[in-house]
Amino acid sequence: MNVAVAIDQIPQDAMPSASEAGPAPKRIVVAYGFWIFLLSDIIMFAALFASYAVLVRSTAGGPTGAQLFNQVTVAIETACLLVSSYTCGLMSLAVNSGRHLRTYLGALITFVLGAAFLALEIREFASMIAIGATPERSAFLSAFFTLVGCHGLHVTLGLIWLAVMMVQLAVMGFTSAVQRRLACFSLFWHALDIVWVGLFTVVYLMGVSR
Amino acid sequence: MNLLGRLDWNAVPLHQPIIMGATAFMVLVVLVVLGFVTAKGAWLYLWREWLTSVDHKRIGAMYCILALVMLLRGFSDAIMIRAQQALAAGGAEGYLPPEHFNQIFSAHGTIMILFMAMPFVVGLMNFAVPLQLGVRDVAFPTLNSVSFWLTASGALLVNISLAVGEFSKAGWWGYPPLSELQYSPGVGVDYYLWALQISGVGTLLAGINFVTTILKMRAPGMSYMRMPVFCWTALAANLLIVAAFPVLTATLAMLALDRYLGFHFFTLEGQGNQMLYSNLFWVWGHPEVYILILPAFGVFSEVMATFSGKPLFGYRSMVAATMAICILSFLVWLHHFFTMGASANVNGFFGVMSMIIALPTGAKVFNWLFTMYGGRVRFSVPVLWSIGFMVTFVIGGMTGVLMAVPPADFQLHNSVFLVAHFHNVAIGGVVFGVMAGYNYWFPKAFGFKLDERWGKAAFWCWFVGFYVAFMPLYVLGLMGMTRRMQHYDNLSWQPWLIAAAFGTAIILVGVVCQVVQLVVSIRNREKLRDVTGDPWNGRTLEWATASPPPAWNFAFQPKVAGLDAFWNSKSRAQATRDEPTPTRKYEPVEMPKNSATGFVTAFFAVVIGFALIWHIWWLAGAGVLGAFMTVLAFSFRRHSEIEVPAEEIARFVRTHQAGVAA
Repeated sequence: MNVAVAIDQIPQDAMPSASEAGPAPKRIVVAYGFWIFLLSDIIMFAALFASYAVLVRSTAGGPTGAQLFNQVTVAIETACLLVSSYTCGLMSLAVNSGRHLRTYLGALITFVLGAAFLALEIREFASMIAIGATPERSAFLSAFFTLVGCHGLHVTLGLIWLAVMMVQLAVMGFTSAVQRRLACFSLFWHALDIVWVGLFTVVYLMGVSR
Repeated sequence: MNLLGRLDWNAVPLHQPIIMGATAFMVLVVLVVLGFVTAKGAWLYLWREWLTSVDHKRIGAMYCILALVMLLRGFSDAIMIRAQQALAAGGAEGYLPPEHFNQIFSAHGTIMILFMAMPFVVGLMNFAVPLQLGVRDVAFPTLNSVSFWLTASGALLVNISLAVGEFSKAGWWGYPPLSELQYSPGVGVDYYLWALQISGVGTLLAGINFVTTILKMRAPGMSYMRMPVFCWTALAANLLIVAAFPVLTATLAMLALDRYLGFHFFTLEGQGNQMLYSNLFWVWGHPEVYILILPAFGVFSEVMATFSGKPLFGYRSMVAATMAICILSFLVWLHHFFTMGASANVNGFFGVMSMIIALPTGAKVFNWLFTMYGGRVRFSVPVLWSIGFMVTFVIGGMTGVLMAVPPADFQLHNSVFLVAHFHNVAIGGVVFGVMAGYNYWFPKAFGFKLDERWGKAAFWCWFVGFYVAFMPLYVLGLMGMTRRMQHYDNLSWQPWLIAAAFGTAIILVGVVCQVVQLVVSIRNREKLRDVTGDPWNGRTLEWATASPPPAWNFAFQPKVAGLDAFWNSKSRAQATRDEPTPTRKYEPVEMPKNSATGFVTAFFAVVIGFALIWHIWWLAGAGVLGAFMTVLAFSFRRHSEIEVPAEEIARFVRTHQAGVAA
């Protein structure tokens, strides 16, 4: 029994800390889990960024970034995405205060801006492919299309998610599940913005400065 | 355009008797199992209670069953490899043609690491962590089911490759350029890619689930420094999953793009970079070995403390060592290819880091020894596995430190010395660990203990068999034998390889003993019944509830005031034995509802994987649509929980207490 006595000597009268509070409410747990997912997603992008950085000079005699990238298009794309993050934030505020109309409006503008970004990106890809700068051309272009395309794929999935959420809102109303999912969506959308800032810097700005 | 892509009757290797025999055996086993379920009329039970269950204990058990089945599959490959190398000396060709031999060692590695060891440790974590934390389930129960079924999907694809097409011949890590389309035009590498990709997503989701569970869902009073060590090691392992598996996903996606769409990440043309793959793969791969070994360390810690009747020696240092390993495991990946040609400084850095990781590991070994010291050690089956581990793992660790010296590694790289080393730590560490955990938690999961005599026989066969099978490989490595040889000319190697094959036969006896142990235990389950819920005089909260625990785990939310929460409450109960226990009012409990989402999503994942492997594009599209619609249907369901009435909980507690009293 000395054993148990020894353990019981751990001070019990210390201030109860947050780590002793017991299971967190579902709202916190879901958002926390989604943060962990976002971190893992960003690590996946990190692997793609690293591969891009390794392969950026491996052009195999093909075109380089400086020859391909159009700064104006990229600037408009960036603006679309950043503003959509702002409108997504407005949507979150409307969700928190339970206002349907403002939520739909915020979602609509976010969706349109996201779709505009995507359209510009597809047009950029198409113009590159048209002049023979395809992913099959060189390791650099493989890495470029994969990195930027993976972000574009995320935006696409985000748009589908947003559309589904609007249907859910219409059908189910502001249930706690819908509110949690909209909170996760907004985390997702902002994370895509952060990834784009990295992409914009590493791919486009550093690409033309070489 | 062919509706079935590359798939036709030539895909079934009818002319290869060994493969067809194995396939026939596999089909027979499946038919027997299906027939048995049908004869028992158990389909509805199986569907309701297991396949659609979101209960972490059921999912944990299913992970372990998957792991045990895949252990048999992976071990058959091992027997074939050892038999071939024992025979094919001098002019002899052995019985396996090279293209088949290459598939076997690739499948052996892939299966043992990703479909045996991974499901086993994830299964043990699934079963034990929420119970040890004193909570009712994981953070995301339905996601947990999805994780399991995706892992099972990957395993299924690997097994389909036996009958339809072929498996990869490019080793379990699939290095390019060999794994590129130019040198591996068949479907083997594609099976490898999609099996790993699908199960990898499942593992990643499990990692997210467990990090969230451990960090956000502990019983009141359980601060970090009051968590059982197994939960700490599970936390470390799952943090590694979250940080490492996305890299694997990205890497395999790049290889898939090379193979499917003509990209040039790792090809010889277009200035691709093959060493980029090696680096990325091991940025995942080295943490992966710690994902496997850390939970095993956790099992040993629990077993040693419980069966020595003492608190774990050096709890804080154990936690510190676990987290140190967690971080250091990301700083050693380059030691898998010192021969890449990096500069001496780079190799030196990774060599030193690899040696440093032995320090926290060594601290752990001393902690286990001091836990035993002065304790009353009961030499039960889990303890045997643990002591066997300590001896074996230290030897494997030392050969690892030896190879962490870059100049030495230049000699030993790709030799069977390396094969001996990683089996030394993988079998001596991970397999012994999951076997200890299997014997330790089995009575909690199913309500009766496993047979001791057969368990001990299994241990000794594994233990002796391991040494006989792998010590010769160290010698052979020093004699210059490289790994993966289908045949060899040097006759002086053959006696050692025959000895190794003999060791494998001893392990086979061990595996048979384990099967017998399970059968005997199920037959004698009434005699082995654990009525108290605490068969080993345990210390942590999982032993505070009935065996098997009810779906809701605990009738009342446990409150924790220190380490070894259950041991303390037992001590207190003994001190206050004569005082009347206050009667408490039972309250209804909200439990997550069962869901077929995991099973159905995984079904579509198999469809997608199979369709992509065989280039059946319309089917892949249909699979994606199906998976999407399944998740969509789940998201629209209105009731996610059911209420267990207070009366049912009270009734369960009364029955359990009556059983304990009798």
